[in-house]
Amino acid sequence: MRNFLDFEQPIAELEGKIEELRHLADTGEVNIADEVGKLQTKVDRLITTTYAKLTPWQKVQVARHPDRPHFKNYVSRMFTDYQPLSGDRSFADDHAILGGIGRFRGRSCVVIGHEKGGDTQARIKHNFGMARPEGYRKAQRLMELAERFQLPVITLVDTPGAYPGVGAEERGQSEAIARSIELCLNIRVPLVATIIGEGGSGGAIALAAGDAVFMLENSVYSVISPEGCASILWRSAEEAQTAAEALRLTAQDLEKLKVIDRVIKEPVGGAHREPDEAVDKVSDEIEAALTDLCAMEPGALRARRREKFLAMGRHGLS
Amino acid sequence: MSWLERYVRPKIKALVGAKPEVPDNLWHKCDNCGQMIFHRDLVANHHVCQHCNHHMRLPAEQRLEMLFDDGEYDRAELPKTPLDPLKFRDRKRYSDRLKEAQSKQDTKTANKDAIIVAHGKMEGRAVVVAAFDFSFMGGSMGVAVGEGIVTAAHLAVFQQAPLIIIPATGGARMQEGILSLMQMPRTVIAVQEVKEAGLPFFVLLTDPTTGGVSASFAMLGDIHIAEPGAVIGFAGRRVIEQTVKETLPDGFQTAEYLLEHGMVDIVAPRTQIRPTIIRLISLLMDGKPVDMAEASSDKDAAEGDLDIPDSAESGPDKT
Ligand SMILES: [Zn+2]
Repeated sequence: MRNFLDFEQPIAELEGKIEELRHLADTGEVNIADEVGKLQTKVDRLITTTYAKLTPWQKVQVARHPDRPHFKNYVSRMFTDYQPLSGDRSFADDHAILGGIGRFRGRSCVVIGHEKGGDTQARIKHNFGMARPEGYRKAQRLMELAERFQLPVITLVDTPGAYPGVGAEERGQSEAIARSIELCLNIRVPLVATIIGEGGSGGAIALAAGDAVFMLENSVYSVISPEGCASILWRSAEEAQTAAEALRLTAQDLEKLKVIDRVIKEPVGGAHREPDEAVDKVSDEIEAALTDLCAMEPGALRARRREKFLAMGRHGLS
Repeated sequence: MSWLERYVRPKIKALVGAKPEVPDNLWHKCDNCGQMIFHRDLVANHHVCQHCNHHMRLPAEQRLEMLFDDGEYDRAELPKTPLDPLKFRDRKRYSDRLKEAQSKQDTKTANKDAIIVAHGKMEGRAVVVAAFDFSFMGGSMGVAVGEGIVTAAHLAVFQQAPLIIIPATGGARMQEGILSLMQMPRTVIAVQEVKEAGLPFFVLLTDPTTGGVSASFAMLGDIHIAEPGAVIGFAGRRVIEQTVKETLPDGFQTAEYLLEHGMVDIVAPRTQIRPTIIRLISLLMDGKPVDMAEASSDKDAAEGDLDIPDSAESGPDKT
């Protein structure tokens, strides 16, 4: 069963009709090839027009879509000889941030990212992609490993934010995030970050201070969730749509603000319609970036990364 | 408050006569123990309650006066940053909120945003201090505050001086959206430059230090000093309570709690902060053996007349 978002209901209805007709055809009652063809053209057009003008709030919904490809989907399609690595060597293994080493289009790389989980059980296991300090410390360990062996780092960001819990605070959530950002900025190997779904605040930037930062077309990246922002600034969670607009959290706005380097096009109708195609598009961009970045001298690479972030925010939206 | 209100209102009050029972400019009520404190005592005691030792928030200017020799310092001019870069509007325009916050500031020392960068001497040695102003939009960190920290770090490296940052902040400035989030990596780079120059970087954590500030430069100091009772943490109390649906432990997210959990080095009462930092700077930067006879003739090594090395090279290499 496919999951449909609220604004996708007209699409769902048309596709439901097509499904019904196909079912009738299977039973041999009617010949409906023409009708199906017409409806298919109509639904294709509807998907294209709907997705061409998504509001920021709708993009938030798409970014959080349960069928959207997650870390594990990316890794299984992108890497060969993939070996997951576990644990922060200090306290635990966090399941909200996964990582490992594998071969990406021939090149050995370290990959780190948030995993939200694909079904209810997995979502609980992965804590909905909300990492505790152990997750960030595992990420640090893997970045250090990458640097030791001069391997590029690929990060895939998809988190509502760092987990707000008693244990997480007790074990230094702030320090863990701060240290992760520091390491991203420090390592002398290329770091390519892609926001594949939700880029939630500190929990996202902890893995995203990279040489190249990409965002999928319908992903979002923000200092606070629209719901959180609405309840603080508007004193009403109902205003989340308004907050989503005010926050400028879409990939398109972030590119204008020069906070990200590139927007990666999604398949028509969003990454959840054609997950493999979405993963391939992301892979192509990462590969191109790595080719350039791996040719750079490590010191120059690091200096350029730091200058890029220092220059950020010195101008607003024009 | 407008210029007119600021200068006229106190006079009007004086004419009409403020409430005679508790003239609010003379008495303060401790928000911890509820006891009344005479204004003069409060100032003399650096906003620490004489009854229960509660450390109230201290305005940034007074904080700086307490740290520098004879309370004297120069303010660094901060680069201009775009005002309201996202054209943000919630129930009010962000640009109006900014103007309002600016108009509330003392015109002599107008900060324009929630940070003051100062440089001066501590025990005769050049030091750079960046102090958050909590009264300005909750000390939240947007582009201007980030720029202040970058400036402070550059100044510290230029002067070969230790850097002290004093957060008093709820975290990121939401009205600057993603640009406020980007201040996390920016400030991390800034303090890294200080550390790489072999200079000590101190964080003086005051109430409150939370959110994106605590999760960036504020947890990357060489030494973390916190004021008693200061709330320090990543997520806000309410958010945690809503998420975990359990009562939070006693003293959760206080300076003492962080000390116990290994996140700060020292919890020091307000009056001990200056001597503690002076002592630490000397220990870190004057690594060569000192004349012990001379040093021990002073009761407090921090007040001792120690030789200042001619360069920072004798300091520990922090790279
Ligand atoms: Zn008191």
